[in-house]
This record gives sequence, structure tokens and C-alpha cells, in this order.
Amino acid sequence: MRIVLHIWRQANAAAAGRMVRYEVPNVNHHMSFLEMLDILNEDLIAKGEDPVAFDHDCREGICGMCGCMVNGVAHGPLPGTTLCQLHMRHFKDGDELYLEPWRAKAFPVVKDLVVDRGAFDRLIAAGGFISVSTGSAPDGNAVLVPKDNADRSMDAAACIGCGACVAMCPNASASLFMGAKLSHLGLLPQGQPERDRRVMAMEAQANRELFGSCTNIGECEAVCPKGIKLEVIAQMNRDFLRANWVGRGGLKGD
Amino acid sequence: MTLDSKSPTGPIETRWDRHRFSLKLVNPANKRKHTIIVVGSGLAGGSAAATLSELGYKVKCFCFQDSPRRAHSIAAQGGINAAKNYHNDGDSVYRLFYDTVKGGDFRSRESNVYRLAQVSLNIIDQCVAQGVPFAREYSGYLDNRSFGGAQVSRTFYARGQTGQQLLLGAYQALERQIGSGGVTMFPRTEMLDLIVVNGCARGIVTRNLITGKVESHLADAVVLGTGGYGNVYYLSTNAKGSNATAIWRAHKRGALFANPCFTQIHPTCIPVSGDYQSKLTLMSESLRNDGRVWVPKKKGDNRNPSQIPEEDRDYYLERRYPSFGNLVPRDVASRNAKMVCDEGRGVGETGLAVYLDFRDAIQRLGKPVIVERYGNLFEMYERITGEDPYAVPMRIFPAIHYTMGGLWVDYNLMSTIPGLYVIGEANFSDHGANRLGASALMQGLADGYFVLPNTINDYIASSKLDKIDTGHAAVKEAEQQVNCVTKRLLEAKGTRSVDSFHRELGKLMWDYCGMSRTADGLKHALAQIPEMREQFWRDVKVLGTGDELNQSIEKAGRVADFFELSELMCLDALERNESCGGHFREEYQTPEGEAARDDKEYSYVAAWGFRGVGNPPELHREPLEFEYVHPSQRSYK
Repeated sequence: MRIVLHIWRQANAAAAGRMVRYEVPNVNHHMSFLEMLDILNEDLIAKGEDPVAFDHDCREGICGMCGCMVNGVAHGPLPGTTLCQLHMRHFKDGDELYLEPWRAKAFPVVKDLVVDRGAFDRLIAAGGFISVSTGSAPDGNAVLVPKDNADRSMDAAACIGCGACVAMCPNASASLFMGAKLSHLGLLPQGQPERDRRVMAMEAQANRELFGSCTNIGECEAVCPKGIKLEVIAQMNRDFLRANWVGRGGLKGD
Repeated sequence: MTLDSKSPTGPIETRWDRHRFSLKLVNPANKRKHTIIVVGSGLAGGSAAATLSELGYKVKCFCFQDSPRRAHSIAAQGGINAAKNYHNDGDSVYRLFYDTVKGGDFRSRESNVYRLAQVSLNIIDQCVAQGVPFAREYSGYLDNRSFGGAQVSRTFYARGQTGQQLLLGAYQALERQIGSGGVTMFPRTEMLDLIVVNGCARGIVTRNLITGKVESHLADAVVLGTGGYGNVYYLSTNAKGSNATAIWRAHKRGALFANPCFTQIHPTCIPVSGDYQSKLTLMSESLRNDGRVWVPKKKGDNRNPSQIPEEDRDYYLERRYPSFGNLVPRDVASRNAKMVCDEGRGVGETGLAVYLDFRDAIQRLGKPVIVERYGNLFEMYERITGEDPYAVPMRIFPAIHYTMGGLWVDYNLMSTIPGLYVIGEANFSDHGANRLGASALMQGLADGYFVLPNTINDYIASSKLDKIDTGHAAVKEAEQQVNCVTKRLLEAKGTRSVDSFHRELGKLMWDYCGMSRTADGLKHALAQIPEMREQFWRDVKVLGTGDELNQSIEKAGRVADFFELSELMCLDALERNESCGGHFREEYQTPEGEAARDDKEYSYVAAWGFRGVGNPPELHREPLEFEYVHPSQRSYK
């Protein structure tokens, strides 16, 4: 089948970008979306044109490196699916697709569809961890974790940090990403001592990174390839209120 | 060169403790005066960088991805082994040691493997404390399962995402150190050469993948945790970016490369669907617990599988291995699949697949049980192939997914270049000729959290290194070398894309140095590779410039290294006139068609020294001795 692509081309962070139209004439319906882009790039190279830069690595839907907007939807039309796991059988001959990079102040465009998500790493560095140095841990079974908590913690920990939630949010809020980390660690007994401090530090960092505020629209949940639920944001808000109230956060929000 | 493994002697149970006591320490106040470079941020590199910073060293950590959390350790599904014996089912450190030596087909070092089994206990504790959400029982205790044919339940897991959760644990520990200033992180930065001064590793040359800027970083020691080289084959279960450039360029600077021909094939991957295929996806081999593997008896039987009656089906694993049936080990299952496809009995559009059929299991157990056991895998299969495995048999085919070979290291994990340490899949040390399931995660974290941070102090404490700066001649020479390669690639201005060369090399390697090898085939590959390499340098087409984000130039440099490494792999496979673990030479098999080891001649580690591209490398042998686990033949009949 034939697919028409309109792709955001931008040479570097400082350059102006524009949409460019391409045709990929021989798309096999078994191809993944990224394999279709590979074919386009091979074509462009043969013609002596600069191939489209896009991020990708594992192509198994777990590393979180790939992703772009497809017709305005992060990771494309299939729910619960990263771009690398989206296959062309979900499209039809002659479809026109508009591909754009994640759009958010906190994720500046690097080139074409590649953006800088370093802000996510800095959120984690601010407090998204449990401070345990190597060697000081007690036996794994010394602290029991109720199965339900372990399961819900795992649900939240499944986040792959792809940034689709931020890209889809009209406010470019990182609340789903932060909420996922705060729930992952906050549901475990090991995460309790730093719980107040963690939420305050991450919130403060999110403000510094210019992520927007959450208005509970839920676009993030709708496009999350790993099914992270909005309830992690509710949990984050409760933790934030409590930490502010008891004043044990050790840090004031900016 | 004599290879000194520095393996301690005496009772194996106390070797690591005694060795640790004999190592020199660095005063805490002095540690901050030393810089250590860690390349790679996966389970090995990430955990090492975090731990070294906790100890007080200044750490610089590098990864080519946009964030340290993307490293390919993240894709491991099954679990991580630890000899906790929480189930009272007879497990012990000694049994994990025994299983790993035997599983490695007696081509690993006993001392290293014993230490790995010992340290496995600490890994689980550390990960739990970090907040890794391991599966729990209703009581709140850690859950375990048996994995990969082990007779004890020693595998800890976090759903089907154990690698992801362990990596996030290490990543969070690393980010904590980045936040506190102990680690400086360099994402989207690729190591392109090793700087060696007076015989010692003193730094690396890197390329900033966004700006193209080539820079040098100096340190007191360099640690490589850069993963394996499975992408030599183009199609593998590795991430697209996984590459051998860091270890290969260190090899070219003098680090010996050990057992390059030991590669592992995983039998249950989703088959290739066309020549546009960019990578392969693995499905947990637990599928073989209930699925039956078959192909049509007749060549070219193109009927729909549901129309092929029982008498026209060949359940070849059950036929050839009546006692193990569909549960034979990875290498045996893989080779048999290749064999029936070579006979022209493969299925699917390409003829390179066999059926894995759940029809009988669904009839016997009912669909709900199958959904509960394999629901997520069936979903994954359907997502990729568009076929419903509840209705039509799955098609599977083996794929490369791990490399046991790597840079040679001693018991301290130091390579043959003083000050260059190699950890995780990038080294050769613990898995011998074959790695057991749920052991890769264990080794990466053992090296990074517990082994390297203990052994590296000894080097730092006892070596007297001159102060150098980036104006040093060795630094300039390495930078020039890097710039020269980039320039040469850009100036070739040929007609073919990097990928087209990589595919061609991958196919050659898969055909002649893949699941089974012959002397003739290897000689053929050895004749072809230099020609292809020469053509690559002459005819490769890399557009753009070196001073921008240019994904073609990144790939081109990696593929250039694969063209050299592949030659060494074939040479090693040709030199090893025996079959063992993942290395199967058709000439050396038992009458039943199983791998026939030759312990008299080949019970050694083959460590190769580089002598220039196209020149025959120099072979050094480290003899292997087995004091505790005595070599025996595997049998699965």
C-alpha cells in the first residue's frame, strides 16, 4: 500500500522547522511503523537527501526511546502501544499521516522528530529514588510488602518514561510521569521515610523545568502505552498536600 | 603474554572473602581525588557508576541513548537468579555455582562463578531496598519461580519486566548520585576510542551525538559496561543501538578478546516477515511448557496448518528427544528448528519458521488456563504478526540474543590493559560457552554493585599514575584517529547505505557462524568478510556532516567495527575444533547429534590479541581447571 507522510523537518534546535511531504509507495502491512520510516530513509539516502532523524532503540515497546505525534495523537492511533509496536496493518492504502515531534517547553526539539527529554532525568535526580547505598540492605524478606501494594506499585513502575503524557497534555504537565514514580515508591514500606521529601523535591523541580500544571483532563492516561492510571496523580496531590501541611518536606515548592 | 587470571586458590567457599581482604583500600578522603570513567549505563554500568560514587570517587558516566534508563538491560523479561533457598527446596550457593558451571558447558572459571553465586544473595536484598517491586505472595514474602529448566525455584521476578525494574533501580541510584554531584552524566555521547598512556587506560575519546564534537575525558581508570555484540548479525533481539564499538576499539588498543565465537541463540522468537525487518522480538521460552513444536512431514506442504492432519505432521522434538520433548535446552531446540527448515520443511511465507501449537493444550486445559498462563505473550505475538495464536499455531524461529564472549578479564574484572575494567555482558567471564536463563541480570548487577567496587580500589591504591592533560600526545593521537575514521566514512561518497552493508554481513554471519558451523562454512565466511569490508569502505554512502546529529555516521562507525569483529568470531569458531554450549561445529557431534566437547584439547579460554586489520590475531590460552565440578556430557534423550 501507499502511505503519504507529512513530517516535521528541523535541522537543529535553533533552526526553523517545516512540514515536508513524502510518499512511501510500497508499504507492507506487516511492517512496523518504524520500519516504514526505515524504508523512507533508505529511499532518501539513495536520492541524496538527509534522512529523517527519529529516536528508537529496543523496538520492543519497553525502552521508551521512540515516539512522535501521528495525526495529533502521541504514539499513533492504537491504544496502549508505543510507536515501535504499531504495525502498518492498522492503516490503509492512501492514508495521509502527519508526524510531529513531542511538543512541550520542557522537551526542546533536537532535530526532526528527536526531542530532549533530559527534564525527566532531572525530575528523578531531584528525588525519584530511595536513598540506600550499596551494601546496607537487610535481607529481602526482612520487610514484608502486602501483595496488593506490591502489585499496585508495579502497575505504576511500568512507566517507560517516553514522554507521551507530556506531549499529549494541553498544559505539557509531567504529572502522570511524576505520579507514577511517587506511587511506585510511595506504595512500598521502603519508600516511606523519604515520602514527603520526595514529592516536594520533584514538584519543585517540575516547576523549574517549566512543565505545566495538571487540570485533570486525562489525555495523558489515554495515550500512555503502559496503561498508567490517573489515580497516580490523585495520590501525588494527596502526598503533596500532606507534605506541605506537616512541613516535613524539607523543601518548599518554588 | 601469560594470562594471569589472579584466581585465588584454596577452599572455594572462602576465596572471595580472602581475596577481598588481600586487596588494598583507598582512604575515603583520597577517593574524591580520583576520577573513574564508566561507559554504559545498563545493569552493570549503571550500578557500578552509582556505587563508585557512593564510595566517594568522582565518576563520569557515558551512554549513547538520550537517558541512562534506556539501556537494553531493560528488555529482559524472565527474572534474576539468587540462591536464597527461600523455598527450602534444596537450593544453595553451591548448587547455583554447580548449575552455572555445568550450564556453561565447562568453559568458565570456577572461582568467578562461585563468587557470582555468593553475591546473588546481596543483589536481591539491595534491589528490594531500592524499591524494586518484585512479585510477592499474599503473605508479603518474595515470590519465586523455577526458570529455564532449573529444578529449584530461585528466580525472582517483577511480572514480565524484571530487567526493566532492576534497571530502574540502578538508574534511580545513579540519578541520586547525579543529583548530589558525585556522577557527571553524559547522555547521547558515544565512546570512540580508549586513551592508553604508558600502558595504562587513562581515558576515552567521545563524540557528542548532537553536536558531533569530539572530546577527550581523562581518568584514573576506565570501566566498560557496554553490553554484547549480538548485532553483528544485524537481526537480533538486541536494541538497534547496541554495538561493540567500545570493546572493539579497546581491543585494538591492546585488550584481549576472549571466546568471541560463544554466542547464544534463543529458540522462541517471532520469525522474520520480510526483508524490511529491522529486529527480532523474543518471547519467553516458558511457551514451550505447553506448546508443541512441529513442521509438515512433506517438503513444500503449503496447506493451512489446520488442514494438515495429524499423520502429516512431524513433532520433531518429541520424536528425537522422547524424554525432554519440547523442553530440550535452548541450543538443541534452535539447531533442530534450523535443521528442519534447511530440509525445506519450514513454514510461513519465508519458510524460515516452525509451528508452536497450543491446540492440544487448549483442548486439554481450556482456553482460560492458557490465557492466564500466556495471555501477555499471545497478545504480544498478535500485535506483531496480526495472527490470533488461540486459533492458528504460532510461528517461531531462533534468533541471536546474547554473547558469552567479550573482553578478557581477570578475577578482578580487569582486562589485559591495566586500569581498564570490563563488566556485564561486555566481558567474557562467568557464563562459559552457554548462559543459563535469569543469569544475565545477576551477572550485570554482581559486577556493578559488588565485585568491581571492591576490586578497583586495589588498582587505584597501588598504581602511580602521572598527571596528564588533554594536550598529551596519546590523547591527540586517539582524537586524530577518531576524526580520521569519521572523515573517511564521510568521504567515501559511495552508492550503498550503511544498513545495506550491515544486512549483508549479518546474513553471512548467520549462515556460516550462527546456530551451527562447519570448517568449510567458516573458511568461506573468512574469505568473504575482508572483501565485503573493503567494499564497505569504498562504497558506503554517508550523507550530512560530522558536526551535527547524524544517525548514519553513528551507524557507519559501528558497522565498520562489526566488519572487523566478525572476522575474529569466525576465526575463533574455526580454531575451536569441538562443539560446546552455543558453539556447535557439525563435524564434532555425538552419534545422537549432540554437542561433543573435547576437554583434552580445548578446555581453555581463547583470548585473542589484535595485530592490525587483516592480520592474523595472536591466540593466548588460559587453561581452565575444574576442581569442584567435574566435566560431564549433557544428554537430553
